[in-house]
Amino acid sequence: MTIKGKAYIAGIYEHPTRHAPDKSTAQLHAEVAKGAIEDAGISKDDVDGYFCAGDAPGGAWPMVDYLGLNTKKLRHVDSTETGGCSYIIHLGHAAEAIAAGKCSIALITLAGKPRTGAMPPRAAGAEADFESAYGATTHNAYGMCAMRHMHDYGTTSEQLAWIKVAASHHAQYNPHAMLKDVVTVEDVLNSPMISDPLHRMDCCVVSDGGGALIVTTPEIAKSLKKPLVKLIGHGEAMKGPRGGKDLDLTYSAGIWSGPRAFEEAGVTPKDIKYASIYDSFTITVLMQLEDLGFCRKGEGGKFVADGNLISGVGKLPFNTDGGGLCSNHPVNRGGMTKIIEAVRQLRGEAHPKVQVKNCDLAIAHGTGGLLGVRHAASTAILERV
Amino acid sequence: MGEAKKYPAPVTNPETAAFWDAAKQGKFMIKRCTACGEAHYFPRSICPFCYSDKTVWEEASGEGTIYTYSLMRKSPTGPYAIGYVTLKEGPSVQTNFVDCDLEKLKIGQKVKVVFKPTDGAPLPFFTVA
Repeated sequence: MTIKGKAYIAGIYEHPTRHAPDKSTAQLHAEVAKGAIEDAGISKDDVDGYFCAGDAPGGAWPMVDYLGLNTKKLRHVDSTETGGCSYIIHLGHAAEAIAAGKCSIALITLAGKPRTGAMPPRAAGAEADFESAYGATTHNAYGMCAMRHMHDYGTTSEQLAWIKVAASHHAQYNPHAMLKDVVTVEDVLNSPMISDPLHRMDCCVVSDGGGALIVTTPEIAKSLKKPLVKLIGHGEAMKGPRGGKDLDLTYSAGIWSGPRAFEEAGVTPKDIKYASIYDSFTITVLMQLEDLGFCRKGEGGKFVADGNLISGVGKLPFNTDGGGLCSNHPVNRGGMTKIIEAVRQLRGEAHPKVQVKNCDLAIAHGTGGLLGVRHAASTAILERV
Repeated sequence: MGEAKKYPAPVTNPETAAFWDAAKQGKFMIKRCTACGEAHYFPRSICPFCYSDKTVWEEASGEGTIYTYSLMRKSPTGPYAIGYVTLKEGPSVQTNFVDCDLEKLKIGQKVKVVFKPTDGAPLPFFTVA
């Protein structure tokens, strides 16, 4: 059994807000749901599957009620919580449910306001007494990965900086991007050190906002008016220190989710025309590119240098909306916007300055949790029909 | 800055109580599986490698080397360095480095365990050996 070609992304919506102190989190969920439903050209009463993660206030049943979904019709829910990549996992799970006939029109929502106020802490895991006092944050957890990657492979801060430079080249064309200024490698290196070896400009922005997707059957997608984008491969995986044995922070769970998705899709990294890669930090992108097979382990630094990720310039255009590094990072979770920009590219709806020509095959990949501690990863491969 | 920082007391539970009781006597414990021979950290009752329940407490040497680290330059309690130490016995453990020059930490550097007080059991940290 495969999900290849069994589900299409028929609706997308990214909330334009980056700061929403005047709105509720549930309201933002409703606004993105409405946006994606309207983009697809369906009615909310047609939705028979709903997917949300830890950012949805109260979880699935309060959200289904608040959103006014048609409970006579709604027959499949999934509240898988894997941090920032939850929504890429939801996309795969929606395709599985559609392929199994458990639903036909799935809605996936993400929204929240970490820029307005601190997010509630995650529930403690079994490791809490042995880790929580040491103050692992996103910055220093990814800093630990970067430090070891530099040690093992000679990766440099200059190479990492190129990832931010590429994102900034794309963000200049996104009117909603938080950071629209084009920056140089020197700008990144001269920005303050946050947690060694990551500088401020190696870090993504903090933003309010959200996004939503409508995933449906091939038949329904073809009856709607949007360009056809189908899911042809999907993978998910998790990784942690597993008792401290053979600790290696230079690779992520993407090393498993990526090949699973490529195998299902029957394509290789060389075939990909556009890549949405979760960019919580520059090192996140570099490690994911290696793990997904765009270059060999340890050669990510060389791969990203000299503008190789800039659309129209390099070999692998990435995050053409400016990504988390420049545009937004709704709810500190980058997975949703990765899918949305990949769909825009496949539809030909990206900004003309960054639109990839003949973009017929794209990847959306994300991670959730902390790469330096324990995390999940998910990969989706999307094709324009 | 080490003196001023207040660390949270471990909550503890039946599975890990022996670790914290030993910590009160300055002993740093790991778990070892007598079925497969592997040591692991943090301690579990079931071996995470072979799923045997024949795991036993073992006092570790408290010596190891820095696998990686990151110096957080700012925080409400001042700069601090998080990292992983690969113990002589094998497992790598998450920790903070204390009582040493945080600007001079290096991967591969030898370190040793040191306990810091809390309102409950003391917590293990590492310092340059």
